[in-house]
Amino acid sequence: MERNPLRRQLQIMRKSLFDQGYLDEQFVQLEELQDDSNPNFVEEVVTLYYRDSARLILNIEQALERKPYNFHKLDAYMHQFKGSSSSIGAKKVKAESTLFREYCKSGNGEGCMRCFQQLKKEYATLRKKLEAYFQVARQAGPMETACRPK
Amino acid sequence: MVLGNDASSSSLSNKNLSVLVVDDDPLIRMLHDNYLKHFGLKPLVVENGKEAVDLFQLGTSFDLILMDKEMPIMNGVEATKALRDMGATSMIVGVTSRGSPSEMQAFMEAGLDFCFEKPLTFDMIDFILKELNVNDDDDTNN
Repeated sequence: MERNPLRRQLQIMRKSLFDQGYLDEQFVQLEELQDDSNPNFVEEVVTLYYRDSARLILNIEQALERKPYNFHKLDAYMHQFKGSSSSIGAKKVKAESTLFREYCKSGNGEGCMRCFQQLKKEYATLRKKLEAYFQVARQAGPMETACRPK
Repeated sequence: MVLGNDASSSSLSNKNLSVLVVDDDPLIRMLHDNYLKHFGLKPLVVENGKEAVDLFQLGTSFDLILMDKEMPIMNGVEATKALRDMGATSMIVGVTSRGSPSEMQAFMEAGLDFCFEKPLTFDMIDFILKELNVNDDDDTNN
């Protein structure tokens, strides 16, 4: 049982992110790459993800403003976005990406629009939760090992 | 799957392996670079297939190439074909987001040794490096 209150809070936050389905096993892989020589690796990767994926979100938004929809282009953008989201273990975001691609394949424009709105919500929610998590992590100091979620 | 002891012993035998990461996604490049460093490797990282081909034309060879499929300028299929046509004997491992079976097959047929879904994980890299070290041992014994 973690005695340090900040670390305990961090553990609770982390467990919640997994239990509520925001993150998957890939996030644990990132944590296992973090060490003394790379103490902020996970935060750096997540920061890069949000910086890089903002461009893709914008591309998709712009593509959804043009009718008729170019489903091939939309699918290509989302393919890339899904890959990046998978890389940080963004489970709900990845699920919405998969659904969006299915709507593209079936040529369902309404479905794409609805799905994209939900995707943006999940994307923003995850960002807020991870920002809060990393803020506590910085205050708590380095954790010794990554713990696999139960 | 537990990695632990295998990773630490691998880092000693992997020291002399040369690795090239080919991917247009900066996030994937960062991830794969760090995964490989975790195994004691110092990969070279480029952004597209043409850069990989250019390196080979300059006489640089690699034991292992991690090749993304979808890239601008020259994609992974084209780059793999070009490398094999030029006589590259590197182990080339394709890394791709989930594509259709026919797309994966086309990528394999370009000359890959293995193809994995991205992002790579510790287990996948451990497998690849074990295959590479096994191949190296076979060459030494022959």
